[in-house]
Amino acid sequence: MVADITLFISFLILLIGVAKAYSGFFTKVLVGEKNVLTPILAPLENSFYRLCGINPHLEMNWKKYALALMLFNGVGIVLVLVVLLSQHLLPLNPQGLPALPFELAFNTAVSFVTNTNWQNYSGESTMSYFSQMFVLSVQNFLSASTGIAVAVAFMRGIISKESESIGNFWGDMVRITLYVLLPLSLVYALFLISQGVIQNFSPYISAVSLEGANQSIPMGPVASQEAIKMLGTNGGGFFNANSAHPFENPTPLSNFVQVFSILFLPISLLFVYGKMSQKSGEGRSILIAMVVLFVLMLGSHYTSEKFGNPEISGIVGESAMEGKEVRFGIASTSLFSVATTAASCGAVNGMHDSLTPLAGMVALVQMMLGEIVIGGVGAGFYGMMAYVILSVFIAGLMIGRTPEYMGKKIEAKEMTYTVIAVLLPGLCILLFTGLSLLIPDATSSISNPGPHGLSQVLYAFSSASGNNGSAFAGLSGNTLYYNYALAFCMFVGRFGVIIPMLAIAGSLARKKVVPFGKGTLNTQSTLFITLLVATIVLTGALTFFPSLALGPVIEHLMMLERVSF
Amino acid sequence: MKTLFQSIKLLLVMTFLLGGVYPLAVTNLGAWVFPTQSSGLLLKEHGTVIGSELIGQNFSKVGYFIARPSAAGEDGYDALSSSGSNLAPTNKLLLDRIEVRKEALHVRFGEGEIPSDLVMTSGSGLDPHISKLAALYQVKTIAKERHVDEVQMLELVNQHIEKKFLGFIGEERVNVLLLNRALDKHFGVLNPQHE
Repeated sequence: MVADITLFISFLILLIGVAKAYSGFFTKVLVGEKNVLTPILAPLENSFYRLCGINPHLEMNWKKYALALMLFNGVGIVLVLVVLLSQHLLPLNPQGLPALPFELAFNTAVSFVTNTNWQNYSGESTMSYFSQMFVLSVQNFLSASTGIAVAVAFMRGIISKESESIGNFWGDMVRITLYVLLPLSLVYALFLISQGVIQNFSPYISAVSLEGANQSIPMGPVASQEAIKMLGTNGGGFFNANSAHPFENPTPLSNFVQVFSILFLPISLLFVYGKMSQKSGEGRSILIAMVVLFVLMLGSHYTSEKFGNPEISGIVGESAMEGKEVRFGIASTSLFSVATTAASCGAVNGMHDSLTPLAGMVALVQMMLGEIVIGGVGAGFYGMMAYVILSVFIAGLMIGRTPEYMGKKIEAKEMTYTVIAVLLPGLCILLFTGLSLLIPDATSSISNPGPHGLSQVLYAFSSASGNNGSAFAGLSGNTLYYNYALAFCMFVGRFGVIIPMLAIAGSLARKKVVPFGKGTLNTQSTLFITLLVATIVLTGALTFFPSLALGPVIEHLMMLERVSF
Repeated sequence: MKTLFQSIKLLLVMTFLLGGVYPLAVTNLGAWVFPTQSSGLLLKEHGTVIGSELIGQNFSKVGYFIARPSAAGEDGYDALSSSGSNLAPTNKLLLDRIEVRKEALHVRFGEGEIPSDLVMTSGSGLDPHISKLAALYQVKTIAKERHVDEVQMLELVNQHIEKKFLGFIGEERVNVLLLNRALDKHFGVLNPQHE
């Protein structure tokens, strides 16, 4: 217990400290200033621009920025699709794995491009090394860069005065990938190998166990993919068991660093925001709101898991060990589970389907809120900004003044886009969950009876719409219906938020800055932080409470009454 | 149209760098600095691979410490289908399975409370560890089955306990394959006929 609390506290302190320390470099990269890596990487960067015919200094308005982003992600989907459909013809396939069926390849393509990394397949028996490296890993990088690019574009929209431009998409993508993600991943991958994460191109190994049984041990270039999977809040595992697999996450230390790496860039981005706007208090107030929510979530999750399952008797030790690894135990699994759903990561180091009902609900709620409790790389920032705008708007209504944020008036146009960004994912979650319950083919995928069955479907659509990718994995998602329905939700949940946020950025960029007056709400105050947290909790509660009551809440009450299904 | 071509070109250049150069660089560096880790911490006896230190195995024979039950594949510990059971805490199937496992353990190890990890499957189905509690729980029985002194057995188990990192990260645990291999080394290989 004491050790567990020590773990949580030292984790948060280390996380915020290192993220802050990194933000100086991060800011330089994002604004395109000279930094320590410039001497090494500038030639590479410039050759990229030359090869692709890009002028990184060309200013783009929000529509051009959005168009470039959509086209780039669009061709990304096509390339993933093509490779997955033809992997049997491509090299680096020592197990001779066949091509994927179209609907599964389509789902996977959308999944990896949208930073969701929902997986309706099991890596070790489906994906060739070529597919893992050349398309899945690559999209792990690019979808993360896309998220950060949108966040930075949004910051520019807030900061700039009477300007059309929100930056250059190509320049953002290249710089973020080359200076931030690639060097970090390289070092991180080597650390993972030191812990026991494998990295090779060998065919699978045949072993004969001490008892004479045969065991086939899968191999592959895991560490290089694992590093960006965590750093880019992607979460798609090399193996089916994801970060519970000993080859992906072999030690308590590797686990600690993995959780750290989920939240590192998103937190650092808040300090970047403070630096770019030259108002460090603005980044800090958002960070405080996020950390308050995170601590509440972690506390509830851990308590529920520690309390365990009263239906199991005659045992010593933790009663919630089903689906967990011994080396992680309750605390490290809780921490991972809360971090992965706080961000849009979705990697798991224990099976969420077997979590105690309230712990499962914490994971679910964080995804439903749009993963803004710290949030994914970039996505957490711009997702949170939607709630910030909503909060200042509500505050403005209360005192009858036009709301402002950072000196920019929030008007009808911004509010329209904000409401779209906040409501679209929620709409997808509830409509598709409801629809699925009416379709016999969809309900036959449910594996756990009773209220948990509803939670499984709800979780799937929350995960897809929130671009998370973790699952109540008992649900058989590899069906025609789920492959397409989930792909649709992933697409809408990603670009249905990005485009409105870019539109807001464009609109804010054009505005004049109004001076801070008597009636202006101070967005660095405790009052504002409280208002922001309340807005998030209330919006989430009003939208999702009925569905949560029918799923995890009822299941929890039944478990206490020792009812099973 | 120009934007489309830029997209395609940038995607291809990125794919070459991130999908080709980057994993190859990691592979070469890894093979150079950490050769055993990057190839899977394989354990060899007389030239044949007996498994990986990180991948759990089934132990059902008398005289070996048992591992956790596993949901990977039909018979458990199928490393080609890593998976948890994904059974919900209120699923009757889970509760029934736990009861069945408890009874089996009572038969071999005697009545009494059982360490929870020995009746519950792991997340990967390949968990190489059991808890410290679960290792100590088996000492008496395994010593008897091996006809060796319980104190000696306890000593060997104690040597195999892995501690929490820095005292607060992770849990105390014992690697079952490493422990059983050490049993064979110290007390002789089990005679398969001797059951």
